[in-house]
Amino acid sequence: MESVPYLIGVIAVMTAATFLTRVLPFVVLYKVADHPLLRYLGRFLPPVMMVLLLIYSFKNEDLFDKGFLPELAGLFAVLVLHLSMRNALVSILGGTGCYMALIQLGGFA
Amino acid sequence: MATSLNQTVFKATVPVMFGYIPLGMAFGVLFSELGYHWAFASAMGIFIFAGAAQFLAVGLLANQAGLLEIFITTFLLNSRHVFYGISLISSMKAKGWRRFYLIFGLTDETFSLLTSTQPPEGVDRTDYQLRVTFFNQSYWVIGCTLGGWLGSQISFSTAGIEFVLPALFMVLAIEQFRHLRRAMPFLMALVIGLLVLLFISRDQMLLISIMISVAVLLLYRGGERWNPYRT
Repeated sequence: MESVPYLIGVIAVMTAATFLTRVLPFVVLYKVADHPLLRYLGRFLPPVMMVLLLIYSFKNEDLFDKGFLPELAGLFAVLVLHLSMRNALVSILGGTGCYMALIQLGGFA
Repeated sequence: MATSLNQTVFKATVPVMFGYIPLGMAFGVLFSELGYHWAFASAMGIFIFAGAAQFLAVGLLANQAGLLEIFITTFLLNSRHVFYGISLISSMKAKGWRRFYLIFGLTDETFSLLTSTQPPEGVDRTDYQLRVTFFNQSYWVIGCTLGGWLGSQISFSTAGIEFVLPALFMVLAIEQFRHLRRAMPFLMALVIGLLVLLFISRDQMLLISIMISVAVLLLYRGGERWNPYRT
């Protein structure tokens, strides 16, 4: 499980991919930034990514089992917190705290 | 002079500090569950320096994801940065390693500070931008390190801490919806992601869903632009 060469490879790849997204506009994209297709993908791809990553984080769960209720409750807590207070940190830590309490204290069990 | 500039920069970056240190700590604690040395949590804060990507890294590491999948996913997750850079081109005068570091450190929060605050009178803009970026990265690395170290020490149960990852994506999705005000991409991704997960592949879910979604987005745009009644 803990393979250090693999971890170093992952860190290197993520460093390169992150830097690439930050440097691209300065080296090439400023010439094509107004291209309608790029603007279209720039608007619609980030929401798609967030939803796909949200589903991906539950990929090893059985989504239609009652064992998934704590996750749904946690997500609902995040939604309510974020719509009411709009503070990312409060929403993330509050939702996580709610989820941790549910699974450790055996809510829905 | 240098001291008072550091004070000004500190004051400007305090809100970022209150966000980065707790969030970095959450990352560090989560990362420590993988069993690696805590120093790798610091290394990730130093080299990757991207919140969402580092949280994602924990999930990808736990699933032993392939490097190509990790590259594509990280690139697309951070692709919003592309549009930050474009709006900063004119105000970034730095050259050489200074320019490299400013671009490297362009997180969501650094971007919002650099576009919304001004250097004090008589202070070189590049100097100010560099200090803001460096202060922000310091908060982040301190948070990652503290969390990674604490996670390897504490004995109370951290079961469920991995929920910070979906919670973060949920928050980002809500923020995206506030800007876009259209349900289409959200519903489309939900349907595609669930169908791929349930019927095609659990392990390759992310990469396959991304490819299908891009194809559907392009087709959708083609369909919207195609208007038989236009003359």
